Amino acid sequence: MAALPSVNNILVLDSEGKRVAVKYYTDDWPSLSSKLAFEKSVFTKTMKINARNEADIVMFDGHIVVFKFIQDLHFFVTGGDDENELILASVLQGFFDAVGTILRNNVEKRTALENLDLIYLCLDEVVDGGMILETDATVIADKVSSASGLDSGAPFSEQTLSQAFAVAREHFARSLLK
Amino acid sequence: MAQPMLKKDDDRDDEVDYHPFFGIEKGAVLQEARVFNDSQIDARRCSQVITKLLYLLNQGDTFTQVEGTEVFFSVTKLFQSKDPGLRRMMYLMIKELSPSAGEVIMVTSSLMKDMNSKTDMYRANAIRVLSRIIDGTILAQIERYLKQAIVDKNPVVASAALVSGVHLLQTNPEVVKRWSNEVQEAIQSRAPLVQFHALALLYQIRQHDRLAITKLVTSLTKGSVRSPLAQCLLIRYASQVIRESGANQAGERPHFEYLESCLRHKAEMVILEAARAITELSGVTSRELTPAITVLQLFLSSSKPVLRFAAVRTLNKVAMTHPLAVTNCNIDMESLISDSNRSIATLAITTLLKTGNESSVDRLMKQITNFMADIADEFKIVVVDAIRSLCLKFPLKYRSLMNFLSNILREEGGFEYKKAIVDSIVILIRDIPDAKENGLFHLCEFIEDCEFTYLSTQILHFLGNEGPRTSDPSKYIRYIYNRVILENATVRAAAVSTLAKFGALVDSLKPRIFVLLRRCLFDSDDEVRDRATLYLKVLGGEAAVAETEKENIEFLFGSFDIPLVNLEASLKNYEPSEAPFDISSVPREVRSQPLAEKKATGKKPTGPAGPTSGPVVSAIDAYEKLLSSIPEFAAFGKLFKSSAPVELTEAETEYAVSVVKHIFDGHVVLQFNCSNTIPEQLLENVTVLIDASEAEDFTEVYTKPLRSLPYDTPGQTFVAFEKPEGVPAVGKFSNVLKFIVKEVDPTTGDVEDDGVEDEYQLEDLEFTYADYMLKVPVSNFRNAWESMDPESERVDEYGLGARESLAEAVNAVIAILGMLPCEGTEVVPNNSRSHTCLLSGVFIGNVKVLVRLSFGISGPKEVAMKLAVRSDDPDVSDNIHVIVASG
Repeated sequence: MAALPSVNNILVLDSEGKRVAVKYYTDDWPSLSSKLAFEKSVFTKTMKINARNEADIVMFDGHIVVFKFIQDLHFFVTGGDDENELILASVLQGFFDAVGTILRNNVEKRTALENLDLIYLCLDEVVDGGMILETDATVIADKVSSASGLDSGAPFSEQTLSQAFAVAREHFARSLLK
Repeated sequence: MAQPMLKKDDDRDDEVDYHPFFGIEKGAVLQEARVFNDSQIDARRCSQVITKLLYLLNQGDTFTQVEGTEVFFSVTKLFQSKDPGLRRMMYLMIKELSPSAGEVIMVTSSLMKDMNSKTDMYRANAIRVLSRIIDGTILAQIERYLKQAIVDKNPVVASAALVSGVHLLQTNPEVVKRWSNEVQEAIQSRAPLVQFHALALLYQIRQHDRLAITKLVTSLTKGSVRSPLAQCLLIRYASQVIRESGANQAGERPHFEYLESCLRHKAEMVILEAARAITELSGVTSRELTPAITVLQLFLSSSKPVLRFAAVRTLNKVAMTHPLAVTNCNIDMESLISDSNRSIATLAITTLLKTGNESSVDRLMKQITNFMADIADEFKIVVVDAIRSLCLKFPLKYRSLMNFLSNILREEGGFEYKKAIVDSIVILIRDIPDAKENGLFHLCEFIEDCEFTYLSTQILHFLGNEGPRTSDPSKYIRYIYNRVILENATVRAAAVSTLAKFGALVDSLKPRIFVLLRRCLFDSDDEVRDRATLYLKVLGGEAAVAETEKENIEFLFGSFDIPLVNLEASLKNYEPSEAPFDISSVPREVRSQPLAEKKATGKKPTGPAGPTSGPVVSAIDAYEKLLSSIPEFAAFGKLFKSSAPVELTEAETEYAVSVVKHIFDGHVVLQFNCSNTIPEQLLENVTVLIDASEAEDFTEVYTKPLRSLPYDTPGQTFVAFEKPEGVPAVGKFSNVLKFIVKEVDPTTGDVEDDGVEDEYQLEDLEFTYADYMLKVPVSNFRNAWESMDPESERVDEYGLGARESLAEAVNAVIAILGMLPCEGTEVVPNNSRSHTCLLSGVFIGNVKVLVRLSFGISGPKEVAMKLAVRSDDPDVSDNIHVIVASG
């Protein structure tokens, strides 16, 4: 077993398996085509699995992939085949929840792309060069929000009830207008 | 109703069209990047452009070197802006661009300023960016700040510095090693992640210092580590310490208690890590396994798929070495067969197949049948392999298992999968005689509709070997001849050969086969016609290639025992002339080089045998092949044991000879591996002359000389002895190497015609009882011991006299008996006064033997031993005592 738990890549793909945001940390996939091939096989192997409530897991070609889906987004975290699955799962959960906080629980491809800068920052805060940096979603989201300067600097996790209510009202109004 | 539907469709069209980066194009974005150079920086706009650049890179686009440099320089201008969001995006961009050394200088001062900023977020990120891009010289400049950052009170800054340290250790180890004091301090941090990062870095700094690691683990396992991730690390390091100490002292493992206590940790990842560490301990005992298995069993019924997967995967591995330990989980495991995650289901099934007992096989097969339909081929292959080993374990169940294999053979599947099934059936036919007719019939059915030429030819060849020896060979003819009518040329040719084999071996079928073969003479393919003609002529007696019919058959179908390498070499040397190429002149001796390779890559044992038996089994495989290629040894029956090679010459002498003892039930074969180290000599007709006067039970029956032994090309000569059947005959042989030596001119390679007879004295060779003992592991010694007849037990006590240490006495007794120590009991803890050692083995005649040795040492190094032995045959129990008494 490796001395250090490490992450080989983190992928966010859309419902057709196309890249939304990806980050590779090892040289296991040296070329763009090998990366795309890996993403394709991960996507096709997992697309039929219902990983919306609980993270699920698959093992193939010497990789362990934990994954979780929401709306039209598929989140994946890959590790080596002797890695502790639960450590990978905690990385996935931390990243997944942090993205949820940042996008105010409106996690779908469109909002993700609109806030892609925040997603990139989020990736940057979870894992550094394959080494786990932080797995606590609140801490990750706070680090990202303190940088983004949005919301006049208030961390997402500390939104007041009235703010949350305002957001909800806005959503509601938008859906009525449609 | 129609209207809202329509509206909804419109909506969706909008969404498809809308994509923030739709139609994004590299050239345009690079143009846009010019805003970075504006004197008034629009932070929002610049952030957007950086996001676009990052998006391009993330989608797989690349910048040329010129483009990269340009972007890098304009990005550095943005350090003027104070906008925090923009600063973060800049950091990302700089990391993505991985600038060259010359470019790095442009940003170091800005980054160093950020590193000392009051904002923690700037500090943390500047450290991470810097450590990514700098080289050794700049590192020396900022080392001071990094050391400070490691002990910073803000955990984000400390973590950033520590993680950077882990990365920098790869490139600048000598610098990072100076930080260990600060890192040590950081381990005591209250922030969980800082603790994790500090522990990781400290371990990496000290990983080559075994003593330091041991100290680190000992101090931390006392319980100051709070972070679950750090706890996982500590478990890994602790098991490494156990692994390294295990070589010289077992019994009480250091840190085992710590591992066990982690099983009660509240974080699941720690429990899993500890359970896995325990199951992977070398020579783990059932008692040590139990608590780990218990927690894994709880995980099996978790609602989280990841947890179930982790548990079943670990148990699956345990089942390979300790199947009995896992049987308690069988009920939970069975419910996982219907798990929606197919990886979990497959692992559960293969585990069950490994741990299952004879009575549960049928039930299990029923469950698997439903399951097979909806899993991928790669999983199916795993299941097929598991079923094959199960069938070999319970031969009585071959009927249901064979039926299962034939059913799945008929279903859809790719080549690899079908090949795995066919291979399994072939192995079962070979190893289980009862399954033969049934299995052959299934294979016949399969080739009726097989799309893979390779598999068809394999099966036809196999049918030709096995079919004629069944009770009713004629029923296979129809299947084979159908191939001749319906298939492609390759399969037709194979089918013709198979037909001919039936004709040659079964006299009653001969006339009918001839009719069929004659029809093949009009085949459109050359090879098919040629084969048919050859077989018709030779079998019909028209073309005489040999004296008797038996030799004819041998000529046509005998195994091609000439190594292809040798044949190739001989053909290359053959010069076109009147004299035809004589195949019998090709040397048949296998060079020992490829043999050694074969040993290394030999098949892994498929049965439940432990990993220790791996190399032994594969070596035997290789020897068996070698010996069966020599017709004189074929009648000796099954090879019982082959010893490790014993050197009969000193190192660096003229001729190097080692011997391997092959033991059969009623014979022994000595295989002398000879090599000639003198370039000026060619040895011919090499034999070993054996004086067996000190070994009365042995009678020499056959000597196979080595025709020629050129310089630096090892070869083998064999001597076979007869001995009383099933009796462990002992004795001593004195050996002399005899040969004809011919002078060789090393420059031209010419050999003189006249040779001189010469001999060379070799060391003596001894046969002891240990030669007749096969090292065979038992999975659970206690159960095995208790299941043996207590009547067969023989107990006696021995004084072993003065010995160096207890360990030396234990090893001496093990060597005399030649048995396999179980459960790591061959290792004697330092300074202990008594020790119990468990041994298992199989004695010649397939008698299972278990031995329990109790040692005690008294003051003046006097060792006494109590030996208790149980075996299938009381006489063998007595024999073991005779061996020890005489040893």
